[in-house]
Amino acid sequence: MTVASTRPHIPDRLENPWRMALFSWETLLIVVAVAIFIANSLASPYFLNVWSLSDLTFNFTEKGLIALAMALLIVAGEIDLSVAAIIALSSTMMGMAVQAGADTPVLVLIAIGTGLACGIFNGALVTRLGLPSIVVTIGTMSLFRGISYIILGDQAYKGYPAGFAFFGQGYVWWVISFELVLFIVAAFVFGVLLHRTSFGRTIYAIGNNPVAATFSGVPVERVKFILFCLTGLMSGIASICLTSRLASTRPSIAFGWELEVVTMVVLGGVSILGGAGSIPGVVLAAIIMGLVTFGLGLLNVPGIVMSIFTGLLLITVIALPILWNRLRQKGA
Amino acid sequence: MLQHARHGPVEKSPARAHEPVLALSGVSKSFPGVRALSKVSLELYPGEVTALVGENGAGKSTLVKILTGIYQPDEGTIFLGGKEVSFSSAYDAHRAGITAIHQETVLFDELSVAENIFLGHAPRGRFGLIDRKRMVAEAAAVLKRIGADIDPQARLRDLGIASKHLVAIARAFSIEAGIVIMDEPTAALSQKEIEELFALIGRLKADGKAILFISHKFDEVFRIADRYAVFRDGESVGAGLISETDHDALVRLMVGRPVDQIFPKKKVEIGEPVLTVSGYCHPTEFEDISFELRRGEILGFYGLVGSGRSELMQALFGVTKPSKGAVKIDGKVAIIRSPEQAIRYGMVYVPEERGRQGAIAGLPIFQNITLPALKRTSRYGFLRLAEEFRLARQYAERLDLRAASLDRDVGTLSGGNQQKVVIAKWLATIPRVIILDEPTKGIDIGSKAAVHEFMSELVAQGLSIIMVSSEIPEILGMSDRIIVMREGRIAAEFAREEADAEKLVRTAAGIGGAA
Repeated sequence: MTVASTRPHIPDRLENPWRMALFSWETLLIVVAVAIFIANSLASPYFLNVWSLSDLTFNFTEKGLIALAMALLIVAGEIDLSVAAIIALSSTMMGMAVQAGADTPVLVLIAIGTGLACGIFNGALVTRLGLPSIVVTIGTMSLFRGISYIILGDQAYKGYPAGFAFFGQGYVWWVISFELVLFIVAAFVFGVLLHRTSFGRTIYAIGNNPVAATFSGVPVERVKFILFCLTGLMSGIASICLTSRLASTRPSIAFGWELEVVTMVVLGGVSILGGAGSIPGVVLAAIIMGLVTFGLGLLNVPGIVMSIFTGLLLITVIALPILWNRLRQKGA
Repeated sequence: MLQHARHGPVEKSPARAHEPVLALSGVSKSFPGVRALSKVSLELYPGEVTALVGENGAGKSTLVKILTGIYQPDEGTIFLGGKEVSFSSAYDAHRAGITAIHQETVLFDELSVAENIFLGHAPRGRFGLIDRKRMVAEAAAVLKRIGADIDPQARLRDLGIASKHLVAIARAFSIEAGIVIMDEPTAALSQKEIEELFALIGRLKADGKAILFISHKFDEVFRIADRYAVFRDGESVGAGLISETDHDALVRLMVGRPVDQIFPKKKVEIGEPVLTVSGYCHPTEFEDISFELRRGEILGFYGLVGSGRSELMQALFGVTKPSKGAVKIDGKVAIIRSPEQAIRYGMVYVPEERGRQGAIAGLPIFQNITLPALKRTSRYGFLRLAEEFRLARQYAERLDLRAASLDRDVGTLSGGNQQKVVIAKWLATIPRVIILDEPTKGIDIGSKAAVHEFMSELVAQGLSIIMVSSEIPEILGMSDRIIVMREGRIAAEFAREEADAEKLVRTAAGIGGAA
């Protein structure tokens, strides 16, 4: 006997979504970003200037492009530490092509192809052989950059064609750089992909419980493979921007960027354990990282101090949510 | 409360006059939502083997964990050699001379046999360093004493399971353990190895050790044990001397339970075959499985833990790969290599391990429900939230889900409500065959009834159900037909009318005369 009328109606939501948004991590990031912005403008008279602010965006656009794809990968419970090495390898391949007389469209295809190939290699090792991604990508981190060192030694490739300069140095309109536009478009695409498609939904399912996701008919390995390919692809695209901006390739290009990218993602509220996080959060974190490094640069703080700062920030944002949960459990 | 009807010999006074070396009385242990042990008592005597028998979930494993200090009882007392003791850790129990040999023995694969035997109490030499030579020599002596032909310097990982058991027993000897617990020690052994184990148990008895022998196999119990103790639903329901009981009495004690559940099984027209499985094999888990499932039918699968039921269902669902055999759906050959494909064929599996395989804690209720049905709720791969909420509400309300709102994290729900979400998620794919693996395990009576009632509703609508269950009343109450599995094979099949509790238990345990 089923008496439908006695069954309680279950509402979709209890909390007002606007109220929930107000108390979210993203809101906190906005507050932090505004605070750093104000601090920067007080600390340096050169900061509040449209061209300064335009230059500032270059501090996060290239890393941000990778962080968008890395966010999806970390939500799915995996990680790719080889992204900076993929930049180096892609850049080296482009440099070799330049020596052979290749023109801009060919260079772009080579960088994208190299990035994608690296992503496929990482993805295949993780999903086909079932190896842990952290180990695989520490290995490929050395491998990819090692190839660059073998090819280049202590040399540098220069002589990129004039048209190639647009990607890293060009402006679409007034102070709005090509890189900034590219980052905004990519952020929109990745935001829609993660938050508005069924593919994005499966990423969260995998990150929260890969076994149950498999049992729910989610092609877990295929999704992870695609995410590694996307991360490789975005690293290749970032390599185009960076190489164009520097107008040269050295094997040490983008050295240590993997940590800054991961820091960006985790600061953006993506759980390092997988299963939670948002693209708006990552975009805000990218802006904050840009504001901080640019501000420290204006104050003539040396690079080594910035690297200490990045390390401390990474540890703090990883530890905070874990410690917070532990405290809450003790209180309960 | 209904009074438990007691059958057969209960609480016989032991014939022998000596005192028990270990005595438990009034021991209880509860976990959130389940009372695993309720005021049980147990006595072990030196130089004797006591067999502990009971159905799956009767509380045997919980008892072993209490005796070895892994769990602490909520109430009750443990007397060891006449003195009251309490173990706050596994180390305490170990020092008190209680050692356990599990199905998967807890030893260290990377260490040598001698190191395993003497871990924590190795002979010391000068400067307090381990005296390796003496350790190896003493290990060899202990191994010889139990008649085991094992090199004490061999690495443990290179040994077979039987040899590992022997190492564990050698360890028990080396610490002068007075009490040896053997939890299903023969489960992974060959017949010859079982004989060797029994010879060793004889030696342990002669040495004055008290042995607790846990087994589902009655022939072993009657061969090796001096005493028995029966648990049922977390209570002690009988104990005595093996010589004063027989198979039938023990089976009755194990299964006899009050009829406090009414199953809402409705009569449904059974139609044409929907799923046909023939000659289905797996390299290690099951062999030569053939059966048929008809439209509107509930087919029960009964068997002991480890009889291959879940493994069979997971292979059918495409989680693991079978080695041989054919599956037909509606008479057409179906090749299923992943759950994704199984769902496309209209076959779904509600797994046994709800927390690990079923519910995705961290995702809201509605997202859990729509996950396998995202094709239905999305358009061109883009999510339609309103559609998701609509679908989730439809199934949540059909299953009488109790939740504050649909965007709550599934992890915050009770076990019964989580199970409803998991079932709802599968129904949302509009399946034709639904495989339920222990659908009511660990959920409260009210939710159980809701699940049972819903099963009846589903078959009335023309679905077919395979139900794997270790609960005899549930199997008998809900199934149209019952297949009993033993050691990876189909041992027998019963129609609803001809099945009873004793037949099922006998067939599952491999006691002759029933199948």
